[in-house]
Amino acid sequence: MTFKSILFKKEEEFDPSQQEPKFFADLNLNLIVDEITKTKEAYDLKPFFYHSLKSVDNITYRQKILKDIEQEDVFGALKEFESAMNAVKSGLEKVEKLSCKYQKERWFLDSVDLYCYGVVKLHSSLSSLTVNSEGLLSFSSYLESYIASDKFKEMLEHTKILKQGLDEVKYTLFIKENKIRVENYKNEEDYGKTILEVFERFRQFDVEDFKAEFHKSEYANHIEIEILKCVAKLNRALFDDLEGYCLTYENFIDEYIKKFNKEVQFYISYLEYIKPLEDLQLRFCYPQTVQSKNDIQNQEGFDMALGHKLAKEDRAVVSNDFYLKGKERIIIVTGPNQGGKTTFARAFGQIHFLASLGLKVPGSKAKLLLFDNIFTHFEKEESIQTLIGKLENDLVRIKDILEKATDRSIVIMNEIFSSTSLHDALFLAQQVLKEIIEADSLCVFVTFLDALTELSDKIVSMTSTVKDDDVSLRTYKIIRRQADGIAYAISIAKKHSLTYECLIDRLKRN
Amino acid sequence: MKVFLMYKDRDFNLNSPLCELSENTAYDLELDTIFKAMAKEDEFFYKVSKKAVLESLVDVETILYRQEVLKDCIKNEDAVKKLYDIAVQSIEFEKKAYFLFFNKYPESVLHSSVRLMEMFTETLNDLKNLAVENRDKFSSEGFKRFFEMVEKELSDDYFALIKKHLKNLEFRGGMLISAELGSGNRGKNFILRELKEENRSFVERIFSKRKDSYLITIHERDEAGAKALGELRNKGINSVANAVFKSAKHILNFFEILKTEVAFYLAAVNLYKKLKSLNEQICFPVPLKKETRKLVFSGLYDVCLALTLNKKVVDNTLDTKDKNISLFIITGANHGGKSTFLRSVGLAKLMMQCGMFVAADSFSSNINSNIFTHYKRKEDVEMESGKFDEEMKRMSLIVDKLKKDSLVLFNESFASTNEIEGSEVSKQIVSALMEYGTEMLFVTHMYKFAGDFYEKGLSSVMFLRAERKDDGSRTYKIEEGKPLKTSHGKDIYRKVFG
Repeated sequence: MTFKSILFKKEEEFDPSQQEPKFFADLNLNLIVDEITKTKEAYDLKPFFYHSLKSVDNITYRQKILKDIEQEDVFGALKEFESAMNAVKSGLEKVEKLSCKYQKERWFLDSVDLYCYGVVKLHSSLSSLTVNSEGLLSFSSYLESYIASDKFKEMLEHTKILKQGLDEVKYTLFIKENKIRVENYKNEEDYGKTILEVFERFRQFDVEDFKAEFHKSEYANHIEIEILKCVAKLNRALFDDLEGYCLTYENFIDEYIKKFNKEVQFYISYLEYIKPLEDLQLRFCYPQTVQSKNDIQNQEGFDMALGHKLAKEDRAVVSNDFYLKGKERIIIVTGPNQGGKTTFARAFGQIHFLASLGLKVPGSKAKLLLFDNIFTHFEKEESIQTLIGKLENDLVRIKDILEKATDRSIVIMNEIFSSTSLHDALFLAQQVLKEIIEADSLCVFVTFLDALTELSDKIVSMTSTVKDDDVSLRTYKIIRRQADGIAYAISIAKKHSLTYECLIDRLKRN
Repeated sequence: MKVFLMYKDRDFNLNSPLCELSENTAYDLELDTIFKAMAKEDEFFYKVSKKAVLESLVDVETILYRQEVLKDCIKNEDAVKKLYDIAVQSIEFEKKAYFLFFNKYPESVLHSSVRLMEMFTETLNDLKNLAVENRDKFSSEGFKRFFEMVEKELSDDYFALIKKHLKNLEFRGGMLISAELGSGNRGKNFILRELKEENRSFVERIFSKRKDSYLITIHERDEAGAKALGELRNKGINSVANAVFKSAKHILNFFEILKTEVAFYLAAVNLYKKLKSLNEQICFPVPLKKETRKLVFSGLYDVCLALTLNKKVVDNTLDTKDKNISLFIITGANHGGKSTFLRSVGLAKLMMQCGMFVAADSFSSNINSNIFTHYKRKEDVEMESGKFDEEMKRMSLIVDKLKKDSLVLFNESFASTNEIEGSEVSKQIVSALMEYGTEMLFVTHMYKFAGDFYEKGLSSVMFLRAERKDDGSRTYKIEEGKPLKTSHGKDIYRKVFG
């Protein structure tokens, strides 16, 4: 088993300079990915989050790795490794910046030491923890042979010897007037201890230290450097050894290990992003990705971007279900405004897209289409164009979508034609839906046009809902229901005691 | 060097929190009057008195330990005052020096600490002389130990040693600092080392070239270098400056504790002198184990009343013999001295349990785990909830803190509802507390409550009554007597309206 990448099992066309997909902004996936990668900019992870996997194999490869990493101890081991690698990086930056040879060499040594420690620690963690995924197992065996290599063993040993040698160096400075004499330490007594002992008899209870914290400037001043040179002279053999060491191990970081550390951040950053949501008891699951559209479903899903925002504000997040069985392909969402319709449509798209990245998705259970593309068209309110110009422009874009959409595409339309006359809107929407039905794409179609739901048996109707006892409160629940608007009207009537029963009852007392 | 004048084996902690309910106790028993007499306008005395009185001791041994120390203080007031002054003077030194510690720059910390140490050396010397002069005049275990310790620890040799070290810290001969290689090979763990005699000769050789020794000379005009050298010196003396600072703090803490503990006794002496000036008697009480139930006294009077009226006041005498009384129900005439009596018992218990004398000719009783008061409060105390609700709330707080052998003083409690309900509640509370092992004194007007208890004829309950002469006038004496149905409101009415 040779290890190549923790993100791809099979070679797949992957463009590292990939740009954000077109549908990202409509689905708020841009917000999600921005947030996920916010603290990891150095790794340039975004292209990975833009790239939908094309094969189930690769999806499964990632899902299994993620399942492993999800375990607290594995996650912790990887985080620890990351921080070791970060420390190595900043150590090497010091090597670049500093000018004093003895300082550069020490930073280099410490960087190698951190690297070796990090690698060894990661290996021992991975081999002692339960890891089942092909990806991590193969990486682990790669590490095993790396650590067992003579080159690494020699480096480790040499590092240890030098570290120990330097740790043992102890020198004294005798300062008088403007002179400093540097010598090796000869067991002179700690005078502070002597003083404390002399006055120990007065101690009533421990008192806090009153020590100065010295400003930690990054650079040693010239006196310090002079002293360091003297110390190097006092320990010549040690410092000669250090010099040779630095030349020997100039490129000590293994390329695959470096790549692994970068790529594994894809999983780590995602898990860190969904943690607050999971803490709120929101469900996530590993979806089954399928080629067939006969049984598409997701239970207790939600819009992750909104969920993340609400979680920060400590507000409740509402989850929704959807399913499409047999011939069903299109969900038409109607109902009161601000009732969560757009959110529902976004969630549908997000969940499918995240599944294609090989990640866990919102929901307790999910069976999702392995799509070839996602197309979205969201009505944008602000526009400087004339209505006709806008409509034309919209239609051009929609036509483009309809031409590209296949029977494995996902099409999400949100409130299109809402600025057109009702008659025109109905006509246009019907035409668009016919095309989608023809193409046999999966589709979520958010609209105010109730009548559209009758168009085909491929269409299912879902509506946003309000609380029965108070219509001013929205539940943000989107449920499968005929779009007749009556339930909504009845609840208002009830509130004003104007339903049949209410009226009979009231009239009795009159 | 431990002070140990308040406890045989530990310090008196002025700043540990008191039980939340002790403010109630202080309020109900008007302890402020006593604290003021003890403090004589000294805020520190007030603070110490309050803490010591409210933080009751719960072991007989320590009470007796303090009684002996206090007796010494009454006998040798001048010497004790001198002791107090030495502590105060030392603390003043520190206050004056304190502004020097506004930064943590090691050179200035060290300099200030050494100065402070020099001043402390003088007061420590005064302390030693005081000990030598007075050791034979004191007989209490506490003072004897204290003076012996001072003499032993502050020997002449020791003073010489201090002097030597303080001189060393001037670094006339240069300073020796050890260091190790830290991050980026920069120096770390700077520690000042003792300069031995051989180092001194090495000082002489500082210009000589040797293989294992390298010399750096900072040029006169190298200002940055001079600054760097200064920083190095500071790093070097950081730990020793801290050590001297801490040592000075230790000495200061010793004086702080000394001041606090002596303050309590001097405050008690103040009260003693005040009561003597009113021709009142005091006695050192005989504390008994808390498991016993005994209350025996003669000539017990209310200190607060005496202090407020500034004259000798009425006293009471009682003896529970071997009856193991755990509940006293006190009834009788309005303004007949019931509250005064209740307070005099509470004060005596509190004063006894902080190691003080008691306002009586003689007094002996069991000590209590703690002492609570539950007094009827004035109308305006609680606005939000009803009065009875408020009473219950306070009672509940007491119950939260109640231990076996606690003492609760009730003064017209639970009477803010009608008598039948109040009596029922009182009965239920008191019965439960009795079973738990609480000692109680209960002043009440509720005949239903008092009478019902009387009917039960429990041997552990004693009934006391404010006495009334046949002509209706009051003696303000409380004596054993069963509860009477009629209150004496009529008397007062008659007295007022003639």
